[in-house]
Amino acid sequence: MAYEKLLLKNVGRENSHTLDVSLKAGGYQALRKALSGMTPDALLEEVKASGLRGRGGAGFPTGMKWSFLPKTKDKPRYLCINADESEPGTFKDRLLIERDPHLVLEGIILSSFAIDCHTAFFYIRGEFQKGCRIFDQAIAEAYAKGFLGKNILGSGYDLDVLTYRGAGAYICGEETALLESLEGKRGLPRIKPPFPAIVGLYGCPTIINNVETLANVPFIVERGAAWYAGIGRPKNTGPKLFCLSGHVKNPGVFEAPLGIPFLELLNEHAGGMLHPDRPLKAAVPGGSSMKILPANRCDVLLDFDSLAAAGTMLGSAGGMVMDSSTCIVGALLNLAEFYEHESCGQCTPCREGTGWFTKILHRLETGHGRREDPDLLLDVARRVEGNTICPFGEAVAWPVQSYVTEFKSEFDDHVTKGACPFGGAAVQG
Amino acid sequence: MSDAAATLPVSADTDRRIDALLTKYPRRASALLPALYAVQEEHGWVSEDAMDYVAAKIGVSAAFVAGVVSFYTMYHRKPVGQHHIQVCRTLSCMLRGSRQVMGRLKERLGIDVGGVTPDGRFSIQYVECLGACDTAPCAQVNDEDVPHLDPAKVDAMLARLK
Repeated sequence: MAYEKLLLKNVGRENSHTLDVSLKAGGYQALRKALSGMTPDALLEEVKASGLRGRGGAGFPTGMKWSFLPKTKDKPRYLCINADESEPGTFKDRLLIERDPHLVLEGIILSSFAIDCHTAFFYIRGEFQKGCRIFDQAIAEAYAKGFLGKNILGSGYDLDVLTYRGAGAYICGEETALLESLEGKRGLPRIKPPFPAIVGLYGCPTIINNVETLANVPFIVERGAAWYAGIGRPKNTGPKLFCLSGHVKNPGVFEAPLGIPFLELLNEHAGGMLHPDRPLKAAVPGGSSMKILPANRCDVLLDFDSLAAAGTMLGSAGGMVMDSSTCIVGALLNLAEFYEHESCGQCTPCREGTGWFTKILHRLETGHGRREDPDLLLDVARRVEGNTICPFGEAVAWPVQSYVTEFKSEFDDHVTKGACPFGGAAVQG
Repeated sequence: MSDAAATLPVSADTDRRIDALLTKYPRRASALLPALYAVQEEHGWVSEDAMDYVAAKIGVSAAFVAGVVSFYTMYHRKPVGQHHIQVCRTLSCMLRGSRQVMGRLKERLGIDVGGVTPDGRFSIQYVECLGACDTAPCAQVNDEDVPHLDPAKVDAMLARLK
């Protein structure tokens, strides 16, 4: 059966970012439906029943997250939309923001209505200048049409949406760092608990959701939770945006039901490997923080539970493909430099550990490695993992552990040969 | 900030923009990041004088502002080129040739990573994943995304930026 595109149904249309095009394609019908008959609780229950899980990386059930808000309403409640898309290999939210901002906005309004929030913040990474301009324009159009502001569509419901630009910091994609940044501070993650649903932005109950997550909500409202739950696989429901980049012929964002086989994504959607004479060596299915899969273990289904069973994670679905010309030590060095640069420096194991990873990998890649270096990398990773305030520690420990474990002989080769067998191209000039 | 108008390190227009930011968010402190952007849009970078000015506007210490400015990579603490070229260095771009792109830029401009040409027209920097891996290797020139680069396209880009 042909799959009906939902999240990307509009992105190919001319001027798909405008309200006119959105309305002609049925935009804001779900909002009309919700505001003319549904209660916030009914909407929340619908999202719960749909099985929607967060698309930002952790896959936490969205409806359950919303239900953690306190029942008392003595303080304002905030929705923060996490548009700080920074996980290497991930560029799906950018596509939605630039090409179908009204779908995202409709999802924001519906979700805000469900959790009784009247001010939502769209925290967008600083480098997405184009996306921010487009989204600001979409917001202005929505105000003019009565989809935002006071008494939306005559329902008595009020909502303001404010964009807020980050300024270049991967860590601000971590939800509590995002809140700190929104409060005008350095983006240092907070210790949890308390969780943001209880103590979030400005000390008030706050929900933080990913852009793609909220883009699912209009479909759930319009067609119902039962229909939505029929897409994908049990407990892994709905449409999903998969990114694929690296050594593939047609890198891009592809929509498919959760649970599509990785090899189908690679060969049918992304056109297969870039060079016909260079076979697949390894792939990261879920963004740079997730564990690597060697080619012989890439026959996996892309959903939360299947990838967890395969020893990695779906993460942000930022798939990266490496062919036989890739030096795994060099690839890991590249990522170690990323994590060293992006560590916020708050926790010693992460701040120091990321520096050690870079130092050891650099000497391996430049032919000055020591026999004990692969074990030393694993030892440092053990000391970082689980010993930090936020999941950044795991985000760097997991790639280190998996690259070294899965490709141990390649690390050893760098030591015995006293040089990178691939030419050491990863060393930054 | 008495005698402000005469000694403001920003234009009256930027000063008004920042005043508007102070009441835009539920808390005044949230205006800090956007206020720093407003300053940088005018001057191209954020000087210590500008930090002192923003600190007084928001009502926080200059040290607090300096801490924020130094945390985020997009605030420039020294002037950058008129065309600030940032090449993505992270994995997908590296796999598709970002090193060669940067190599060509260094060669053509005669400066190192982090440098500014003597005439102040160009500066080059590596940047972490721009979230545009489908266009790897990619770069950003000021606000503009530049997709699918290679050494030949670097030449064309520099010619266009003249």
